[in-house]
Amino acid sequence: MLDVRRIRQDFPILRQQVNGRPLVYLDNAATTQKPRQVIEALVRYYETSNANIHRGIHTLATRATEQYEDARRKVARFIGARGPEEVVFTRNATEAINLVARAWGDEHIGEGDEIVLTLMEHHSNIVPWQLLARRKGATLRYAGITDDGKLDLDELRRLIGPQTKLVAVTHMSNVLGTINPVADIAEMAHRAGALLLVDGAQSVPHLPVDVQALGADFLAFSAHKMLGPTGVGVLWARAELLEAMPPFLGGGDMIAVVRPESSTWAELPHKFEAGTPNIADVIAFGAAVDYLEGIGMSNVRRHEEELTELALERLRRVAGVRIFGPSSASERGGVVSFAMEAAHPHDVATIADGHGVAIRAGHHCAQLLMRALGVPATSRASFSIYNDVDDIEALVEALEGVNRVFGEGRERTAVR
Amino acid sequence: MSEPPFDDLYRELILDHYRRPRNHGPLAAPTVQAEGVNPVCGDEIHLDLAIDNGVIADLGFWGQGCSISQSSASMLTERLKGRPLAEAEEVAGKVRSMLVEGASPDPSLGDLEALEGVAKLPVRVKCALLAWNVLLEALRQAKAAAQEEHHG
Ligand SMILES: Cc1ncc(COP(=O)(O)O)c(C=O)c1O
Repeated sequence: MLDVRRIRQDFPILRQQVNGRPLVYLDNAATTQKPRQVIEALVRYYETSNANIHRGIHTLATRATEQYEDARRKVARFIGARGPEEVVFTRNATEAINLVARAWGDEHIGEGDEIVLTLMEHHSNIVPWQLLARRKGATLRYAGITDDGKLDLDELRRLIGPQTKLVAVTHMSNVLGTINPVADIAEMAHRAGALLLVDGAQSVPHLPVDVQALGADFLAFSAHKMLGPTGVGVLWARAELLEAMPPFLGGGDMIAVVRPESSTWAELPHKFEAGTPNIADVIAFGAAVDYLEGIGMSNVRRHEEELTELALERLRRVAGVRIFGPSSASERGGVVSFAMEAAHPHDVATIADGHGVAIRAGHHCAQLLMRALGVPATSRASFSIYNDVDDIEALVEALEGVNRVFGEGRERTAVR
Repeated sequence: MSEPPFDDLYRELILDHYRRPRNHGPLAAPTVQAEGVNPVCGDEIHLDLAIDNGVIADLGFWGQGCSISQSSASMLTERLKGRPLAEAEEVAGKVRSMLVEGASPDPSLGDLEALEGVAKLPVRVKCALLAWNVLLEALRQAKAAAQEEHHG
């Protein structure tokens, strides 16, 4: 078990009351809170090292460059990349996926080609492929989900064929929590000669992820969902792939030689980082990686799995609650989406907020999944290392409050 | 039953309209139809009006969404049934002032006064306003149609 009491002391934001009750933050799938160590890294950088990187001789420029590249090395090690040149910093996971859709997609996707996705994707792993498909006359195919909220692997296997050039799937659903068997999917994709992009926005923050074991070709994730600052994302890809890809954005920092008509590109990963990057936040992201490694990702996973199991058990006993996704915590991350018979998700979230409990309500940027589940929206609680049993009890108490206000299981009857 | 600190939001009247929506369902012979969706939350309201001689003879709504959006629509239909178009526009303006500007509810609003608590929760104001925006769209259509008739 993690020492949650001690961990909580590292998160200043948790020490506050919301609507007269202690804050219970259960919206970690949207973004996590930041430990003091990350906030201090940000302040320390601006107070001691601020300079532009890769283009200065002076001491501060050297120091800032070292710290920035050091963060890259940390991230590379964290995900098991072969080297830091395989780690490209972007603004967020969304931009990382768009980078692939533009730089790789525009070269390799043509008319009649197919891109295979799933119905449980976040909009950021759907819309860039729609735009690419429209530019190129390609077709999108979607694998559905089973009744218990898992990816329909049989359908996925059927969809992947000779026309498939790319498979893009989430490692862990931000709505159902479902953890997908990425290594198996990589095998399916590669057997068909297709590449695999994995959306790791939810998995990299909460599970041990090793890109060698994953077998994927591209991995995208965001710092802000893993205790780091906003404004930083990561694209990982094997160096050979990145080498072969044209740049995404053009400008300073990404070139080697510029001539009037054309230029040559900087080495990896700088070819993909045009302009002054988000130096301070990348450095603070390095501090977040240190923090997670200090705890250990398998400990993070074990803690969140225990919490999820408890949450599933407790929520099942609240009248009128219907839980979406796999029934066993071992098959899902720390994300629990649910509906209440008596009240709409927005009313559930408003009443929970009245109890100081922050949960998310809505379509969670997954409208295709909402349609597959047959609901307009869900309520969602999602966990992190600073959550504990008390937080789950507070959630349960809030949901009982919903039933008190709305009257559990009361039918709605239209009056004409 | 109230649930602090939101007893002001979830008043019994709102819950009653949510559980037993009035004038619910499409009309057999609407003269105007309008609909609106709240893209952020997916709430949806459809509104049918049967206008006769400048008066809303009948109206019906249906849709999906939270208690605030649905009860607001239900109260709208109850308040405006049998009322002249000019009054509908006036009431819509007063509801908007109450929700957006936090004005104290005009006595003429009747039951709609129950929505007053929503004004304190900016993220939920759009829920309460949805039906009224749909109504304004319906009134615009009604006016355009009337003008066409006049000129035609
Ligand atoms: C599964 C998944 N993919 C992608 C994203 C997009 O992340 P970002 O908004 O940081 O680009 C999110 C987060 O909202 C997510 O949960």
